[in-house]
Amino acid sequence: MIKVSRRALLKLDRIDMPARDPLERATCFDEVNIGLTPEEATVEAMRCLQCKTPTCIDGCPVNIQIDQFIDRVAVGDIRGAADVIRMDSLLPAICGRVCPQEAQCEGACVLDKKHKPIAIGHLERYVADTIRNYGLEPPVEPVEPSGKSVAIVGSGPAGLACAADLAKSGHRVRVFEALHKPGGVLIYGIPEFRLPKSIVQSEIDGLKELGVEFEMNAIIGRTITMEELLTEEGFDAVFVGVGAGLPRFLNIEGENLIGVYSANEFLTRVNLMGAFHENTETPILDLTGKRVVVFGGGNTAMDSARTPLRLGAGEVRVAYRRTEAEMPARVEEIHHAKEEGIVFDFLVSPLELLGNDEGWLTGVRFQRMELGEPDDSGRRRPIPIEGDVFDLDADVAIVAIGNSPNPLLPATEPHLKQTRWGTLEVDETTGRTTMRGVFAGGDITTGGATVILAMGAGRVAAASINEYLETGVWSETPEPALT
Amino acid sequence: MYPILEAESIAPDVRRIVIEAPKIAKKHRAGQFVIVRVTPEGERIPLTIAESDAEAGSITLFVQAIGRTTRLMSELEAEDCLVDVAGPLGRASEINRYDGAAVVVGGGVGTAIAYPIACALAAKGNRVVAIIGGRTREYVLLENELRDHGIEVIPCTDDGSYGRKGFVTEALADVVADEEVGVVFTIGPVPMMSAVADVTRPGEIETIASLNPIMVDGTGMCGGCRVEVGGETKFACVDGPEFDAHEVNFRLLQRRNTSYRAFESRQLSSLESLDHEHHEQLLAPVRGACARRAMS
Ligand SMILES: Cc1cc2nc3c(=O)[nH]c(=O)nc-3n(C[C@H](O)[C@H](O)[C@H](O)COP(=O)(O)OP(=O)(O)OC[C@H]3O[C@@H](n4cnc5c(N)ncnc54)[C@H](O)[C@@H]3O)c2cc1C
Ligand SMILES: Cc1cc2nc3c(=O)[nH]c(=O)nc-3n(C[C@H](O)[C@H](O)[C@H](O)COP(=O)(O)OP(=O)(O)OC[C@H]3O[C@@H](n4cnc5c(N)ncnc54)[C@H](O)[C@@H]3O)c2cc1C
Ligand code: SF4
Ligand code: SF4
Ligand code: FES
Repeated sequence: MIKVSRRALLKLDRIDMPARDPLERATCFDEVNIGLTPEEATVEAMRCLQCKTPTCIDGCPVNIQIDQFIDRVAVGDIRGAADVIRMDSLLPAICGRVCPQEAQCEGACVLDKKHKPIAIGHLERYVADTIRNYGLEPPVEPVEPSGKSVAIVGSGPAGLACAADLAKSGHRVRVFEALHKPGGVLIYGIPEFRLPKSIVQSEIDGLKELGVEFEMNAIIGRTITMEELLTEEGFDAVFVGVGAGLPRFLNIEGENLIGVYSANEFLTRVNLMGAFHENTETPILDLTGKRVVVFGGGNTAMDSARTPLRLGAGEVRVAYRRTEAEMPARVEEIHHAKEEGIVFDFLVSPLELLGNDEGWLTGVRFQRMELGEPDDSGRRRPIPIEGDVFDLDADVAIVAIGNSPNPLLPATEPHLKQTRWGTLEVDETTGRTTMRGVFAGGDITTGGATVILAMGAGRVAAASINEYLETGVWSETPEPALT
Repeated sequence: MYPILEAESIAPDVRRIVIEAPKIAKKHRAGQFVIVRVTPEGERIPLTIAESDAEAGSITLFVQAIGRTTRLMSELEAEDCLVDVAGPLGRASEINRYDGAAVVVGGGVGTAIAYPIACALAAKGNRVVAIIGGRTREYVLLENELRDHGIEVIPCTDDGSYGRKGFVTEALADVVADEEVGVVFTIGPVPMMSAVADVTRPGEIETIASLNPIMVDGTGMCGGCRVEVGGETKFACVDGPEFDAHEVNFRLLQRRNTSYRAFESRQLSSLESLDHEHHEQLLAPVRGACARRAMS
């Protein structure tokens, strides 16, 4: 390897992720980010200072040994890099693409102060994609069957990660999913142009190779009860990863007009049901030339705004009640959305949705806001500016203000205690719920969070399920979660 | 893949389809529904479980061919398969013992949907009157089956070709005037259910309507099925599908059900324009032997 001085390295700029042309990409569902070339990845990896105490690792929720994998990339040992990542993360191709890096690993990189943090996410994606594209995954090692079996409820990142670890421990693992396709939000929520479905599919294929079974159309609590999984169906333990799939609405006048979608419905029609294909069988309102307004400021709002553009919308606006600085969406998504021509209206809050005599949406009445004192979340609270109200014409509105924990399963299983936020009560260090043999993790225990946290929670639970299956010990009173 | 055990036409455009779905059969209670996909690229549509046989592991659906998906489904025969069947979804009907008669008002395929509720009410010891309507004689469904359960049947046809001439609501008004009515269940086209609610409102007779909004997942995840009941927004797939008919905003439901009318008629005509061969190509993956191979 060429020796470069630290000083020279510090001068180098972060390598930009090559992306498709904004005008071209906004008309199709191809992935926006193209991926680093080997040369770009090597140079970016060489920029890493290989810190003695790599602060970046603390920023990663699953503590990937970032300095080590980047060191491998710098010398072109991609297989070695993948081995390092694999110790802590099972879904690098996905997390490399969708983690809020600026708030996690990259935000904690020492170079962040100079505004040039290492592109850790892009490098992680590069490693995972290279391994997948060249078929370099390590062969599946045969494991001694343990004779135990575990049911996984929900096939989002939490369930998939938990399934992987348990299958590798030799347990028989069966994933039960309510929908007809596995993947959770990765399939029905996050659009193709941000996370190609073939990547999610290859993760699921990998699990099938490990021997994990998948049962679709199985709504636990309805098709099969929780109790039955543990008795008649004979599972020794259950992991619940049913996510936060309950869409929140604004509870304002006009919300049931035709043309008002929840982000979940809109994105499900497009992603899961393929309503963007020309010969789709699932309908979606014709957006050609239409004015679309999206309420919210998170990743879901960005996806809900960029998708209509690709379906031919004339104008898409995002209405957020705080300012750009408070937006919870990934910085890259906001940047991409702006490049594509999405208009942002900050410090506005919808008061009422306006409709015509036939019940179709025609516009939105907004209240202008200003920022007041910080609230519990530390963000400055938006407060209405008295009398500052205005109307905006709109044909379609998409409500993307967040999701609550999915109530279906807890509602049908009285032994699963819920917090007052509707999340499942679990012992955070083990994922144990209040029902013997049942563990939980992901959005159903945290409320809408991130893919990496869900994956991490699935793995934590897998470890304690292993322990429980081995020892049979179940402490009856798990510490209730603080949050 | 979910194998079809029996399939037969019981009226023009109405098919009775029995499906092998043991887990759903075991859990089903009157009033619940399934979400079905017919072909590998097909949409998800809700259909009520009309009957279930836990021992045989089967459920029975009645489907009225009104659009592309239901049309395709109606072309399936025994030995063919459905790609997906998920359920049972929704809350079960509350079947109580009433002081007065229990009246079930069904229109068209709604009669088939109301059938298990009528039977369950009869099994609870209620006097049950079924007012079943159809455009013409062929559309009056399940009359004999209902009578077999000891249910009094009042058939009505729009054209008077059979039973009473006129709307089911007129027959209902007479029943309400003649005897004490404890409860009315109504299932059918939205305007019919709305009219039924109007008949029973003055006498404050408990009236329950099974709503049929457009759905996607059926598990409470999308909110597409939202309806307004007593001024509040409800998700019909998890909070319903049955609601107090006097509180339902039927106008809203009727409107929301027209959201995709242009798309639906385009789809239907594109299906109708297919020649036999292309038509069969669509169904090939779920036809008999082929579908069974995919299962194994
Ligand atoms: C549009 C959108 C964009 C997002 N973008 C990002 C992003 O860029 N980066 C990021 O880190 N995070 C993002 N998130 C959040 C992230 O996707 C979630 O935090 C994560 O998917 C949670 O994983 P999970 O496994 O807990 O649940 P989910 O992914 O929600 O999966 C739960 C699964 O369980 C199934 N299920 C529910 N009930 C039952 C039942 N009773 N029986 C059987 N199955 C059931 C559901 O159908 C679903 O498939 C986004 C979320 C959305 C909605
Ligand atoms: C809980 C529930 C239970 C149902 N049970 C049954 C059943 O047992 N048997 C049965 O035949 N149908 C039932 N339906 C209605 C059935 O789901 C629709 O007929 C079906 O989705 C239409 O699909 P399609 O593609 O064939 O027609 P589409 O092309 O979608 O529609 C054709 C025409 O029907 C109208 N329409 C669309 N959706 C509905 C709807 N949900 N209800 C009524 N009209 C609609 C459209 O406006 C259009 O004019 C039920 C609906 C719900 C919500
Ligand atoms: S998993 Fe996410 S937070 Fe961790 S290193 Fe990768 S991109 Fe960063
Ligand atoms: S903090 Fe930044 S520079 Fe230091 S090791 Fe981590 S990625 Fe490299
Ligand atoms: S159909 Fe999606 S919430 Fe009811």
